Amino acid sequence: MAQVAHDAVTDADLRPFEVAEEPLYHPKTFIGKYIWSQDAKIIAIQYGITAIGIGLVALVLSILMRLQLGFPESFSLIDPANYLQFVTMHGMIMVIYLLTALFLGGFGNYLIPLMCGARDMVFPYVNMISYWVYLAAVLILVASFFVPGGPTGAGWTLYPPQAVIGGTPGTGAGIILMLISLCVFIVGFTMGGLNYVVTVLQARTRGMTLMRLPLTVWGIFMATVLALLAFPALFVSCIMMILDRLIGTSFFMPAMIAEGMQTAYDGGSPILFQHLFWFFGHPEVYIVALPAFGIVSDVLATHARKNIFGYRMMVWAIVAIGALSFIVWAHHMYVSGMNPYFGFFFATTTLIIAVPTAIKVYNWVLTLWRGNIQLTVPMLFAIGFIFTFINGGLTGLFLGNVTVDLPLSDTYFVVAHFHMVMAVSPVLVVFGAIYHWYPKITGRMFDETLGKIHFWITFLGTYAIYYPMHYLGFEGVPRRYYAYGETAFMSESAQDLNVAISIAAIVVALAQVIFIYNVIKSLFSGEKAGHNPWKATTLEWQTPHTPPRHGNFDEDKLPSVYRWAYDYGVPGAKEDFIPQNVPSEEMAAARAQGETSAQGETKADG
Amino acid sequence: MTATLIFLALLMGAVVWWLVRQTINVKPWVASAPSGAQQGVGFLAPPKVALGVLLAVITSLFALFISAYSIRMELSDWRPLPEPDLLWVNTAILFVGSLGLQWAWRGAAREQWPAIRGGLVVGGGCALAFMAGQVLAWQGLAASGYLVASNPANSFFYVLTGLHVLHLLGGLVALARTSGHAWAGALAKTRLGVELCAVYWHFLFVVWLILFGLMLST
Repeated sequence: MAQVAHDAVTDADLRPFEVAEEPLYHPKTFIGKYIWSQDAKIIAIQYGITAIGIGLVALVLSILMRLQLGFPESFSLIDPANYLQFVTMHGMIMVIYLLTALFLGGFGNYLIPLMCGARDMVFPYVNMISYWVYLAAVLILVASFFVPGGPTGAGWTLYPPQAVIGGTPGTGAGIILMLISLCVFIVGFTMGGLNYVVTVLQARTRGMTLMRLPLTVWGIFMATVLALLAFPALFVSCIMMILDRLIGTSFFMPAMIAEGMQTAYDGGSPILFQHLFWFFGHPEVYIVALPAFGIVSDVLATHARKNIFGYRMMVWAIVAIGALSFIVWAHHMYVSGMNPYFGFFFATTTLIIAVPTAIKVYNWVLTLWRGNIQLTVPMLFAIGFIFTFINGGLTGLFLGNVTVDLPLSDTYFVVAHFHMVMAVSPVLVVFGAIYHWYPKITGRMFDETLGKIHFWITFLGTYAIYYPMHYLGFEGVPRRYYAYGETAFMSESAQDLNVAISIAAIVVALAQVIFIYNVIKSLFSGEKAGHNPWKATTLEWQTPHTPPRHGNFDEDKLPSVYRWAYDYGVPGAKEDFIPQNVPSEEMAAARAQGETSAQGETKADG
Repeated sequence: MTATLIFLALLMGAVVWWLVRQTINVKPWVASAPSGAQQGVGFLAPPKVALGVLLAVITSLFALFISAYSIRMELSDWRPLPEPDLLWVNTAILFVGSLGLQWAWRGAAREQWPAIRGGLVVGGGCALAFMAGQVLAWQGLAASGYLVASNPANSFFYVLTGLHVLHLLGGLVALARTSGHAWAGALAKTRLGVELCAVYWHFLFVVWLILFGLMLST
């Protein structure tokens, strides 16, 4: 490898790579720079814009759902079939095309090379392809809205047989496009994921040991490992379902009578699909959560001006959660008629995974303890995340137990739980992270007041939406129903709650306009941010240019790392933070000494 | 799901073991000047690490298919299909291809261009012959009435063999690029490419042995 110069470190004790590093790709044209870009930062922005764009579609779908639930029979354009399609597409888009893509493709691409001290991802070309494949997956998904019969309405879990047989909306082209889009997404993600993993493993700069990595990188790294191993399960189930749908195999489809006709299917196992789907589906929760955990740790430490409490424990908790997340999947299937011992096993593993998760929560709170807390907008979102995550996590303890889950299964309690824990919580982190890194990405500050308004409406609004849903769930109100009509078990006030929830949902959705306005407006009129407005320690804030140019750091040398990412408020230090690439005075002196003696030796040899 | 869980347990065990070794005695809060030892996984070239990760992903994919196979197999409508004898010939061809690339790898270490180029030709040729053989096997089965949708055993046979062929096809793209380097005489790139191709070919051969063994035994 053509040795890259690092300041202050000799190359003598490094074994060179056997193949020369490819020279950094330098685009000359506008298209090469911003469209077919191989710069991870541009790819990150492309991922981010695409993910947020499709996420807005899913947001609109959720509002349409709420309109129907809050004001039934008022909107003639929403019929039962549409409603199910909205439910399905909202869930699928939010989980996969927004959150997964944004955390790994967006934040992963932007932050991994910068935080590791690398010039770019190790395979920039593959990285570029990864985005375009992702975009293709999104377009295929969007296309399904416009085919005859519309998108699939099978629920985001796509359970067979109802995802495939007539009677469910979108069993024509809709379900096929959905499955193909998922396969394409997985192929694209695998290309990106290889990059993220190998960059973290192989492209860290001198001195950036694993235990000096910011927790953001740890979270994204472990989430990528999970995704690389778990997405194949979705891939396998999609392929088999496409074959069931298109050429009449019976992997999942049992012998059945549909719409008065005996189908040609015979003997397939819908439960097999559920196992495969949730074998992907549960790690998916942590694919979304682990990057959020990592990012929130860094935001909290930076804005509390205090080192993260229990760094090593945080790293091991991330690894433990990642490993455990593969043996809890069947807690999504308690009502599928499983052996009670099987359920007992999965309830136990589910409760065990709460231990490392709780360690993380305690450590966040202890990081805040006696910190010099700056209530900036990113910090508000990070603290909001802790509250919301605890709320959502605690209801997870209810649902993780078989006996409690059985009556609550398929009610609004479940909807409330997973929205708190894996929708609102990560989304709060997404906002916090965008506000936190906005000055680095754009070079300008966002409008603080608008940011705070956005925070308070979003944070309180989501509680107004999801808290009442727990109560609806206890009453037994089932999810995925288009309309409830007269029932014996639902109190009359249930409909009043639905109205209130819908109004809160509309307010929260509208509040996102403030965010988008703030992002766009600040791009032009925001105050110049400078290199390091938060006085943060990690390497992305130490770049010579803001926004960082292609190649990230000084053209002739990469930074060397002397310390971990959390040297805030170090006793005796001149400032309340010491960046990772700053040596201590003794080290600087020893280095100067070493250089002099090395020169002396060279002279003596000569 | 046993096959998948065993694979994942092994993999996660290895990852956790490696991470614990890297992190257990470290005091991250202590600042120190960087030394050369603090970089990367044993200074492997990034493409080699990437291949390792990719193989883990592909293994996960096949392990999940095998899990699905063993769950579906238990149901009453499963009728095993007679595997064509041609598959034994194909297995031998794939093995020769693997040997050819091993030969090229050895040649690359000693800078023997005839061995490199010969090995690449053998590896690529055998892969093509194997794929042709698989297509013949499919045609033979289809002609005798074992259609893809007529029984789950047939469906799995076609899907698993098809997926394996697709992976080999991807490997051929890499092999073609490496051959380009080999005929242009670029030693460093050829060395790396040949090594990656050889590892991938061995891997797909082992996957094939497992798939073939599974289908023969059930």
